Amino acid sequence: MSDVDHKALPKPFQYVLLVLMSALASGLGYAVLSLPDQAIELKGLVEANLHASGVRNPVTAVLLNFRAYDTLLEMAVLLLALIGVWSLGATPMRRGADPEPVLSALVHGLAPMMILVAGYLLWAGAHAPGGAFQAGAVLAASGVLLLLTGKRLTTRLMGRPLRIVLLTGLGAFITVGVIVIPAGGMFLQYPSDLAAGLILFIEAAATLSIGAILTALFLGGRVVSGEER
Amino acid sequence: MTPFTLYALTGIGLFVLGLYSLIVQAHLIRKVIALNIMGSGVFLVLVGLGGPTSNTMPDPVPQAMVLTGIVVAIAATALALTLILRIQAETGRTDLAEHSSQH
Repeated sequence: MSDVDHKALPKPFQYVLLVLMSALASGLGYAVLSLPDQAIELKGLVEANLHASGVRNPVTAVLLNFRAYDTLLEMAVLLLALIGVWSLGATPMRRGADPEPVLSALVHGLAPMMILVAGYLLWAGAHAPGGAFQAGAVLAASGVLLLLTGKRLTTRLMGRPLRIVLLTGLGAFITVGVIVIPAGGMFLQYPSDLAAGLILFIEAAATLSIGAILTALFLGGRVVSGEER
Repeated sequence: MTPFTLYALTGIGLFVLGLYSLIVQAHLIRKVIALNIMGSGVFLVLVGLGGPTSNTMPDPVPQAMVLTGIVVAIAATALALTLILRIQAETGRTDLAEHSSQH
């Protein structure tokens, strides 16, 4: 128990820290309450240009069009995290203990539904709350559930096919970004009549990759077959 | 004060609570949880400040930024947890206390 309760600071310092934190909280609170009106009205800019973005949901428009660079780099960050996790060690590819029958039966019913929901969220992102990240998260949740019930990809799929899926999102994003340069003049500047299709294409690829990357992150380690370790 | 200002203030509360735990707790997993709570606080501040007022829609830009932030936070958390597992496998410890290096 002493290990669990172990604190980095002795008691008196904790009280001092408490006082400092209260001061910080009041300072930040005061800052939030006394914020001036926004100097740059980004919301208006988004609303004024929404018609040219190819989607009707302003959040998706910001994510995949107006600030697509952020989202592109975010995909890269996800991949980097996975590379970091994989470089820290390997997970042996073994099936877990036999899962409970209830969990197994539940996941068998849920997994197809979750894939359906992910597809819907991806499609809905164009005009309502939803999009690649929500869809990818649902996809990853189904992947995690399948892992928990002891399901694993076969060794053959674990190698190159998995890596291709992991890279699809970033690859599609960069490819589209480069392809539109002759038409729009800038990286990731979609021509507005093609924007809807391009965004859906990027989002579909990103959904697959996000789902696969998050599931792989959950597995925590490069998966190797038993002998290779 | 709109409810959304209250969200922003709650976010500050979460941020400060997380920062306190980050300093006080020695266990690395507790530190990671504290970092996540700090991050959630920042997200709540952003979304709260971009919230709708009586006659305008919510600001989509902070929402998109928070969405990006959540994904990055998840990736960082996964990497941190894997690092902790590795530290635990190498040293048998789950903290970074100075005295651990002396024996």
